[in-house]
Amino acid sequence: MTKNMDSQYDAIVVGAGHNGLVCSALLAKAGKRVLVLEANEQVGGAAITREFAEGYSVSACAHLLYQLQPEVRKELKLATRLVCEDMTTIALGEDGKHLRIKTDSVEGVSDEDAAQYRDFRKRMTRFSNLLRKYFNKCPPRLGTRDFKDLMTLGQLGLDVRMLGKAEMESLLRLIFMNIHDELTERFENPMLKGAISLDAVLGTHLGPRSPNTMMTYLYRMSGDHGRSGIPAGGMGSVSNELAHAARSAGATIRTSMPVKRIIIENGRATGVETESGDRFDSLMVISNADPKTTLMKLIGAQHAETGFANRMSHLRAKGNAAKLHLALDGLPTIEGLSKKDYAERIVIAPDEHYVERAFNPAKYGESSPNPVIEITFPSFRDETLAPTGKHVMSAVVQYAPYGLKGGWNDEAKAAFMKAIIDTLSKYMPDIEQRITASELLTPADIEREFHISGGHWHHAELSLDQFMFVRPVNGAAQYKMPIDGVYLCGAGTHPGGGVSGAAGRNAARTILSREKAA
Amino acid sequence: MSIVQEPVREAVPQGPLKTPFYPRVVKLDTVNQWHEWKGYSSPDALYCADLEYFAIRNSTAVFDLSPMTKYRITGPDALDYLNRLVTRDMAKVKPGRVAYAVWCDDQGQVIDDGTIFHLREGEYRLCCQERHFAWLQAATIGFDVEVVHETDEIAGLAVQGPTSYSVLSTMGVKGLEDLKPFGLMHVDFQGVEMMISRTGFTADLGYELWIDPGKALDLWDALFAAGTDYKIRPIGTHALDLARIEAGYLAPYAEFLPSDETVRTGRSRSPLELGLEWLVDFKKPNFNGRRALAEEKRNGSTWQLVKLDIEGNKIAHSSYIFSNSKAKGGSIGFVTSATWSPVCKQNIALGTVKAPHGKPGDTVWVEIYYQREMHWNREMAKATVVDKPFWFPARRGATPPGPY
Repeated sequence: MTKNMDSQYDAIVVGAGHNGLVCSALLAKAGKRVLVLEANEQVGGAAITREFAEGYSVSACAHLLYQLQPEVRKELKLATRLVCEDMTTIALGEDGKHLRIKTDSVEGVSDEDAAQYRDFRKRMTRFSNLLRKYFNKCPPRLGTRDFKDLMTLGQLGLDVRMLGKAEMESLLRLIFMNIHDELTERFENPMLKGAISLDAVLGTHLGPRSPNTMMTYLYRMSGDHGRSGIPAGGMGSVSNELAHAARSAGATIRTSMPVKRIIIENGRATGVETESGDRFDSLMVISNADPKTTLMKLIGAQHAETGFANRMSHLRAKGNAAKLHLALDGLPTIEGLSKKDYAERIVIAPDEHYVERAFNPAKYGESSPNPVIEITFPSFRDETLAPTGKHVMSAVVQYAPYGLKGGWNDEAKAAFMKAIIDTLSKYMPDIEQRITASELLTPADIEREFHISGGHWHHAELSLDQFMFVRPVNGAAQYKMPIDGVYLCGAGTHPGGGVSGAAGRNAARTILSREKAA
Repeated sequence: MSIVQEPVREAVPQGPLKTPFYPRVVKLDTVNQWHEWKGYSSPDALYCADLEYFAIRNSTAVFDLSPMTKYRITGPDALDYLNRLVTRDMAKVKPGRVAYAVWCDDQGQVIDDGTIFHLREGEYRLCCQERHFAWLQAATIGFDVEVVHETDEIAGLAVQGPTSYSVLSTMGVKGLEDLKPFGLMHVDFQGVEMMISRTGFTADLGYELWIDPGKALDLWDALFAAGTDYKIRPIGTHALDLARIEAGYLAPYAEFLPSDETVRTGRSRSPLELGLEWLVDFKKPNFNGRRALAEEKRNGSTWQLVKLDIEGNKIAHSSYIFSNSKAKGGSIGFVTSATWSPVCKQNIALGTVKAPHGKPGDTVWVEIYYQREMHWNREMAKATVVDKPFWFPARRGATPPGPY
């Protein structure tokens, strides 16, 4: 291990995922000497743009921007240019009769359903606004007498109460519920129910009938009420912008520097050692890696206490979403769509039972024969991504369980790929002929490429037992690991994943306010 | 006749289990008072608890401790594993030595106490009263270590009392004269390896014998044959409990509850609250409960274990403890174990009081209720907090032991 001269930092951030970058930028802005070490060649973690076939680039993991917090934009002066914004969700019907779903209206359904949808969205907006406020705060510790914790807790109670009796009761009822029940109570149109179900379960190991899928829906809406956009140049642009903000504030970012371990000496972090044997010193190590990787691989569970290590070992973090990239020699034909519709978000989730049935095999370690798919054609408005006249399709496909029986070998991948193409072909009869290259990233690939244990896009399942006060687990829910000098700032912490920057910002603010208090 | 063959199943034992020594113990039993100890039948007493107690202090008492929970801990990280598990520094416990240890949860609350035998280099056995496999298993995360539950695979006898050395020597055990307290050795018993440790729950000269269950009855017979002239007696739990209170030793469910079995906050105890600070080594960078205990040390403990020397002869069972004779200000704690100590001729008790009460030399008052011909009486008895165990004779530690 060689000790670098000039290797003493106020903080070392392990991983330049978008949260790691937000955290580094804010710490650097506060005057800290920050070093960011990223394993991959590019910054951004799962928010990157990269070439997957010659001439074709795509957002490799996260592909829609709908959650980036205004606070993060403002504080880091981000001016992300979007090529598509406030995208309409087009729910595909096999007969060419599609639904067009906007944040507060829907076309293609009965008047009753349309009215119900407006009412539903109004209520969801109210709730997600409330939650958003707390997604941008460090969750309070329970069972302490700390003034700040008690104030936050009290404020949360008060805010919920201030919704009014009926709305409060509704929130407290809904937050634990599954989305299927709520949709069944409100709507008739199966496609509408299917599309909303999809929003609730994307990126999770949950089906529409799984508990707390109302909460995951509200979580998705807690950015800009679900209004999605596509950044010019793909998601990598956002990360590059964040990296620029961090560098401008004085942070050093080094890529292709995988961290082997967080050095624990006498029970506290003193720095990190990279795979190449370099050592960097800092009494503060902030991990953007998922919580399990952080404890089990980087720190070593033996440095934690048994109860904590045990809780962490039980953290549920098995991804179920695959990412599909297709290089196309032209846009596929979709009956009933106009040309400009290819700039929108297109979903295949024809009814809520379809979504649940797609989830069923995943419970038993099998991939969906009839998957649900969220599709974008980012090249439609962004010619930097594909050669002229050619296109890229970027799709999130569920369900592809991380723990697939027999593992994700070539055969299993080919079988799943066939299921996806068969499904797409129902709506895009010429899709197969259009494909010139393809890439399918299963959770196992995502784990390997992006160093996320389990390949879960939230780093840890988004469920009430791993949420807010207990995310990722009790004892680390305030961005601080119970090992001196080690912090967390990734999607596995409150509030969760998605390109929101909330976790990274909360972590930085918590670290700074802690320091002030000390 | 059915052509379907029934699967062969091992019979599941019904009712309480019998220890390997059961056939001998039950033969000597005259009072038929038994209780259940982790699935096994264990005698309260075999003829008379008070007389059995005197075997501990005056001759040799034999207690069947086979139900004692035993875990074998091996593997390259066994030492590191134990060091993270328990509060004391296990690196100081060399092969051939035994350590009394206590282990805590992350909140620094005691799960249990027990003895850890460093059998051979890197090979350990943990003995305790309760079962903790789930916790010990959880504690393996991050360590290359194997934990095996081996309670049923080892029969154990406590051989305690001033003549115990003579009994074992007579039985033919060689090399016992050099065995120091908390030492262990492996000897041959009729062709089978037997482990002898100079340990016990009595604070007297005494040993514990550990052997293959198949040899249990032979060991019992050899022991009792050798002990005839030394007044060897089998004993039950009551006599042992009396001796352990005199020694000031803790018992789970008396001085503390295993923290994983408490529901209400404040009902568990930390090692600092149990007078076990000497077992907590803050120099170790990490062990279960370290953070919580360090904080407790900074901020002060809530409870304090006390040994009480009480005036009079009325036993202070479960008494409330007060700081003054008028019970002003409410109780400051309560008695957890109490007895008349025959050997010390003292009215003694262990208790728990709110810190900072309970410093050695403090005077406290215990409220004793006693019944005389149906009527209840109440007495406030003065008690002194003492530092040392009530009974801790020189012969306990003498090496070589005296040939009583």
